[in-house]
Amino acid sequence: MNWTSFDTWLVVTAALCAVACALPGCFLVLRKMSMMGDAISHAVLPGIAVAFIISGSRDSLIMFLGAAIVGVLTAVFTQWISRFGHVDRGAAMGIVFTTLFALGLLLIVRAADHVDLDPGCVLYGAIEFTPLDTIEIGPVSFPRAALVLTVVLLLNLAIIALLFKELRLSSFDPSLADTLGYSSQALHYLLMTMVAVTTVAAFEAVGSIIVIAMLIVPPATALLLTHRLIPMILIACVVAVLSALLGHLGALTAPSWFGFEATTSSGMMAFAAGVLFFLAWCFSPSEGQLIVWLRHRKGPRDLIPPPEIS
Amino acid sequence: MNSLLSVTLPGYTTMVVVGSTTLLGVAAGIIGSFLLLRKRSLMGDALSHATLPGIGIAFAVMVAAGGSGKHLGGLLLGAAISGLLGVLVMFLIRNTTRLRDDVAMGLVLSVFFGIGVAILGMVQELPNAAGLEAYIYGKPASIVASDFKLIAGMAIFTSLATTLLYKELTLLCFDENFARSQGWPIGWLDLLLLTLVTAITVVGLQAVGLILIIAMLITPPTAARFWTHNLTTMMLLSAVIGGVSGGLGTFISAWAPRMPAGAVIVLVAAAIFLASMIFAPAKGVLARRFRRRRLRLKVDRQHLLRAIYELLEAEQAPSSIINHSIPVTDLLRKRTWSKVEIERIARLARKRGDLEPPSGQELCLSESGFGEAARITRNHRLWEVYLVTHADIAPSHVDRDADMVEHILEADLVRRLEEALRRSNTWVPVPDSPHRL
Repeated sequence: MNWTSFDTWLVVTAALCAVACALPGCFLVLRKMSMMGDAISHAVLPGIAVAFIISGSRDSLIMFLGAAIVGVLTAVFTQWISRFGHVDRGAAMGIVFTTLFALGLLLIVRAADHVDLDPGCVLYGAIEFTPLDTIEIGPVSFPRAALVLTVVLLLNLAIIALLFKELRLSSFDPSLADTLGYSSQALHYLLMTMVAVTTVAAFEAVGSIIVIAMLIVPPATALLLTHRLIPMILIACVVAVLSALLGHLGALTAPSWFGFEATTSSGMMAFAAGVLFFLAWCFSPSEGQLIVWLRHRKGPRDLIPPPEIS
Repeated sequence: MNSLLSVTLPGYTTMVVVGSTTLLGVAAGIIGSFLLLRKRSLMGDALSHATLPGIGIAFAVMVAAGGSGKHLGGLLLGAAISGLLGVLVMFLIRNTTRLRDDVAMGLVLSVFFGIGVAILGMVQELPNAAGLEAYIYGKPASIVASDFKLIAGMAIFTSLATTLLYKELTLLCFDENFARSQGWPIGWLDLLLLTLVTAITVVGLQAVGLILIIAMLITPPTAARFWTHNLTTMMLLSAVIGGVSGGLGTFISAWAPRMPAGAVIVLVAAAIFLASMIFAPAKGVLARRFRRRRLRLKVDRQHLLRAIYELLEAEQAPSSIINHSIPVTDLLRKRTWSKVEIERIARLARKRGDLEPPSGQELCLSESGFGEAARITRNHRLWEVYLVTHADIAPSHVDRDADMVEHILEADLVRRLEEALRRSNTWVPVPDSPHRL
């Protein structure tokens, strides 16, 4: 294995992305909206298409704006359908993102005469290329993606720190939040905007797999290890960073075991996160399978099931 | 000329595609109904991503065995095994942790997809690997006769399985715990349902593509849900909506230039969904609004009549109440109405003939309105008496509780309450209020 500064930057960028996603991801998991990241990843297509058709350029800022607006719209439409139609949130999400994707596809195909736009590779960056695209700040050159993701991470951190009490309240008891005067609707839309901007920015920088995985897996892992929100967020961040590091290490070493030369780091990072989840599932001191099995062997199972929180 | 002909007489290829998408829509509509009821609509999404590692591994194994690797049956088998594995993991997570379905689906989706991408990243080095993903994630336009047979077989199998296990699957969806207490093998039934979903998803993925199969599992059942409260009706309707979206979407895309069939089908289904959500008479948004508004108007009117009656009652002997006009200011004191509100409700009551024509700051019940007011007050009192004697509710609280149900009392229920009163010899035309007015 040959570790260079290239690898360091790659892992740092991925870790920034992972933490930026894990932060809002904790609240998504608590609100039973884990699939939002995946939904947004499909739904942003018409935003990109319209932005491209209007501006006629492949400028990433305009694309980003178009995608982010549609990302927020995905959340808004989902909320409308589930509220006014009394439809299950998952189903509402599914309808919205498939429809938006189909719309985007149609737009692109219809406009294919005078534009050249491949839906697969307009927005989606690849983590492997991030260290190559650098920006000079003073004497040091940073990867552009790392800078973008640092900004996103800081924004998320600031919002969560400032509105921590409100977000916690509205995640666990939206009715109480409403009666106390904190609009759970407004907080929901704020969180969704945060998720949409984070995912779109991260797609553009590092690709969709890392984002979808890091929104869900680290928070879910943390949820197996603790019952409290602040420790959950901290553990999720640690798991996110570890996934990035272990994933890249895996990408460098694992292929040779099977006789291949290389593989994508992003896929391996999602896999690493899965492995960490599996470890937590087995060895969590409070509810891991091992401890459950030991308790089970020691005596009769508790008659009262553990409280269900999620 | 050529294109005109293909509109009136669709060619064999078009017919195969239309037939396939229609059948797939029907099968997905049926299975999707169960998924919707179990709040697992996004299962198709999770599953279709979870097939990727299987495809990569199947390809690598087949290349290692000396083939070209792009053998459709082998790849589909790999996809199905990997999808089933994903289902098992989801099942395990759901049943052994506090995490719910959505987290389990998201976990499987992202981790399996990540593994798949990593494996594809490796097998890229093998010869003939280019376009593997596009090869397996199909487009409706590329459906051929063998696909049609596969889809038709799948659709028939799914419909048959759901018909045979209809009772068990319904029980699973509506009351899992009851089913378990009755001794049904809930775990196996759940797995069977998910296996059916996997089969549909894998077949659909290959034939029509990722987004379309996800939409076909979600949109038709959700649209059908707005039209009925009955599961059988809902499933049939969902199958019809799925079939119509599939068939119609394919026709439109064959007829108009540059309309990808998958996208058009999704949009047709979405349009049906939107229309259902707004206009469906059973659970649609408009119908619900309309019903709620009608109930509110009814409640307002009944409150006004009772308030006037109780004011009359307060100043006269209970046996002989005579109707006369009541100042609006008295009414304002009685309930938390604003002046504007009272005027609005009075207008409504006047339209129904409950009130005499307006006379300044006073309201006067008409003859029929007086009778109606007595009847409403009586219903209220009956209900109060019932709650006090049979439901142990304190007289000081009973007014509000009665208020919450009396407006929806049916004539039959009122009759039975009256009979109960008559039996206990407390019969009076309008019973006295059990509390201070």
